[in-house]
Amino acid sequence: MATTLDQNRIWIIWISLFIALLLSIMPLPNWIEGLRPQWVALFLIYWVIALPQRIGIEHGFICGFLLDILSGTTMGENALSLSIIAFISQQYHARLRVRNFIQQSYLIAGLLIIQKLVSFLVLGITINQTPSIQFWIASLISAALWPSIFQLLRNVRRRMHVR
Amino acid sequence: MAIIASFVLMVMDFRFQQLQLLRDGITVALHPLYVIADLPQSFTSWLSDVSTTRQTLQKENSTLKEKNLNLQARLQKFEALKAENTRLRNLLDASLKIDDRFLIAELISIDLDPNRHQVKINKGSKSGVFVGQAVLDADAVMGQVTQATPLSSTILLISDPTHSIPVEVVRTGERTIAVGTGKLGLLSLPHLPSQADIEIGDTLVTSGLGGKFPSGYPVANIASINRDTNSGFAEISATPSAYLERSRQVLLVWRHDQNNLER
Repeated sequence: MATTLDQNRIWIIWISLFIALLLSIMPLPNWIEGLRPQWVALFLIYWVIALPQRIGIEHGFICGFLLDILSGTTMGENALSLSIIAFISQQYHARLRVRNFIQQSYLIAGLLIIQKLVSFLVLGITINQTPSIQFWIASLISAALWPSIFQLLRNVRRRMHVR
Repeated sequence: MAIIASFVLMVMDFRFQQLQLLRDGITVALHPLYVIADLPQSFTSWLSDVSTTRQTLQKENSTLKEKNLNLQARLQKFEALKAENTRLRNLLDASLKIDDRFLIAELISIDLDPNRHQVKINKGSKSGVFVGQAVLDADAVMGQVTQATPLSSTILLISDPTHSIPVEVVRTGERTIAVGTGKLGLLSLPHLPSQADIEIGDTLVTSGLGGKFPSGYPVANIASINRDTNSGFAEISATPSAYLERSRQVLLVWRHDQNNLER
């Protein structure tokens, strides 16, 4: 009984991750396009911290892979960074959980920078371009959004009894 | 494991083209996401369609009629010139047809990676779109198709740093290559010597060399020239004539020879 319920609930996680993917290709005005928050990474980190036994590297890899294809980046770029992020947050989920929102946000900013760093290296290698400062600021904006996303997803998780 | 897989993917995607099939397949599977992301834009344009008044429509209709008449008049002249051109070319024994076939496609309003200049359009291989096809807007060349799936395709804009387009200076007939810089309003011409006969304001058109782009379509205007370089080459930059960030509708071109192949 319990297992069937669990099986039924995992799709909620996938739906939230698909919403994050959708948010990452939603059109924005040109001048803030570079500041788009790293939705997929944020949602992924929440689920890994909340359910480290269930959600891990493979989910990071799949989400990153889909994000690469959706947004037309070099295939594997986001798959790599999101796998690393999922791995680190899985290892340190206990330490992240005990902090308050402000402290968490700092640590999340560090995790999010990893994604930008990987993209930065790949951009440099493949098309020899250095992105503007906006590129890095996006991570800080995403980290600032962390408390609200955390509360939102926690409500979803409790309402829907995702375990 | 995942890290190794990512590296393999990246290298294979960058160095070889084998992954194109996989990418195409998953893009097709993810098509609903594109449609959903496009919904707000389609909804607002539908709303503005529905809510326009009779008066505005009449006004628009009359301006369009006027414009049409103007274009018709110009076309008459063009027809005469085309006939003359064909006749002259026949005399020279060089056969060249000017007829290209066009298809109008609309942009899907989604944002791809802002560091790469790509856009998605709502026509795909079902409508005959193929990889390498040239894409124009109403004014000039925009880019070329890099991925064609049945329902949508991806266009690489001429301003992308990996994109180069063979061009010709209209005034002198000098041929060179315009390379994207990664900035929307800027192309660079790195292969012209300092003494090259080129002036600010010169128009660049496609030269047709390389076989990808049909010849004679406007590409850009020269914006600045710096001849004082140590390399012996001038630093020349040009502004694309197409509205790369604003066009909603684009034209896909079949060259006359491709046209025959496709049919």
